[in-house]
Amino acid sequence: MAQTFTSTPVKKKNPLRKWIIIISICFVYIWAFSGIPIIQIKETSSEVISSIFAGLFQPDWDYVYDPAGEDLLRGLLDTLAIAVLGTVIAAVLCIPFSFLAASNMSRGKVFSGSGKFILSFIRVFPEIVMALLFIKAVGPGAFAGVLALGINSIGMLGKLFSEEIESLDLGPKEALIATGANPIKAIWFSVIPQILPSFLSFVIYRFEINVRSATILGIIGAGGIGTPLIFALSVRDWERVGVILLGIILMVVIIDFISGKIRERLT
Amino acid sequence: MKTIEAPIQKKEIRIPSNRLKHSFTILLLISIIWLSGWKVEFSITSLINGLPNMVDLLVELFPPDLSYINNVTQPMLETIRMAVLGTTFGAIISIPIALCSARNVAILPIISIPSRFLLNLVRTIPDLLLAAFFVAVFGIGALPGIFALTIFSVGIIAKLTYEAIENIDPGPLEAMTAVGANKIKWITYGVIPQVLSQFMSFVLYTFEVNVRAAAVLGLVGAGGIGLYYERTLGFFEYDKTSTIILFTLIVVLIIDYLSTKIRERLI
Repeated sequence: MAQTFTSTPVKKKNPLRKWIIIISICFVYIWAFSGIPIIQIKETSSEVISSIFAGLFQPDWDYVYDPAGEDLLRGLLDTLAIAVLGTVIAAVLCIPFSFLAASNMSRGKVFSGSGKFILSFIRVFPEIVMALLFIKAVGPGAFAGVLALGINSIGMLGKLFSEEIESLDLGPKEALIATGANPIKAIWFSVIPQILPSFLSFVIYRFEINVRSATILGIIGAGGIGTPLIFALSVRDWERVGVILLGIILMVVIIDFISGKIRERLT
Repeated sequence: MKTIEAPIQKKEIRIPSNRLKHSFTILLLISIIWLSGWKVEFSITSLINGLPNMVDLLVELFPPDLSYINNVTQPMLETIRMAVLGTTFGAIISIPIALCSARNVAILPIISIPSRFLLNLVRTIPDLLLAAFFVAVFGIGALPGIFALTIFSVGIIAKLTYEAIENIDPGPLEAMTAVGANKIKWITYGVIPQVLSQFMSFVLYTFEVNVRAAAVLGLVGAGGIGLYYERTLGFFEYDKTSTIILFTLIVVLIIDYLSTKIRERLI
């Protein structure tokens, strides 16, 4: 497969380079395949798979609402709450970082460079690892998940927001300063109105991502629907896994739809 | 004069209704945030009580125990291997799905609508959930990780590719239809040459995403370096944890850099 991918686009270039590329890609694939465990098909696997499908297509509807305690709706609400709070924290915290990283707002390249470095450092940090660290700090539960999402979302929001600030029209600000406005008033009446719609749109987009992330935080014990899911998976209760997966898919689809509509109206 | 008057008039009419709407929106937002805070038991006191723990943790993370790199080199290579294979299988599977989803290739809605529905369904499930599911089916190891990454990659590559296919130049396609090419030739000579370089670029981008995803899949037992996060954190060996984090960040940055360079040359 690798050969067919590469041989077509480089047809017209010199043959030596083409062969070097093909051989290096082949080498990568030989290396990758050499480390794979051989697929072992057990005798029971067809039975297991059929029981999985039976369970997934006959969800455990009783789990949707259970007045006594843990149920699907409560888990989903928890997940949404984690995503909302994480996004709000990130939206507030990203503002100073993005002003620091924007090259037309902070004085000197040193500040904007360091701001950009902090943001990209946060961006490559996996949020699950962040959640593990916060669990160690504040104990397992939804609160650790909120903090992990809140800190982790700063990276992406700050980057998008600082780019927005860099493409800003500074004319109105200069005009306001010329009429004698103080710097805070100048920013409040000239900068904020220009960036508010796109800022809100980024925040809502990040909220969509956070809803997805919040569903997996529970796997490591940071609250939300992930915890009952991982329990159901470990005891192979496929009916319950089915209903939880269905709940997650429905929630994500609904949230995506609503936030897509809001973002359309914002921009 | 007219151009100046018009916007002012418009503004005066709109303000009263907008203000009511805005205050309602803000009220709704505040109540959502407040409810979420109540739901996850957000408390400043527990954050403040947790802060010393967090500072202790940060102090213990430094300095990293660099000798531990020897122990985690093999899992790191396994992580990259999983990402390579997952991306490749995902790319192969996403070719037919992308072709079926593109409205200008699959003209019949009976083909494009189900395949789009399938794609949207796949994209709502987070990668770690897929991995947890496959671990429950196939057992612990790199294999469930590869399967999870494969399905996760299909969601990204097929979506981006079908959007690219829908934007191709219809001229060559019409010419081929006019000379009587059958559907397979039509796709091979009309569609594929136009989207191949973009497709390769999407595959590389997905590879970047997959390396990051593969680094945490081990947390649910799906192979790779993620397993070592839990192991070192569980034994309170924080200097080793920070080594893993640093190592992952460096590998991710190198792969991002390389793949960005290749992608720049592709387009």
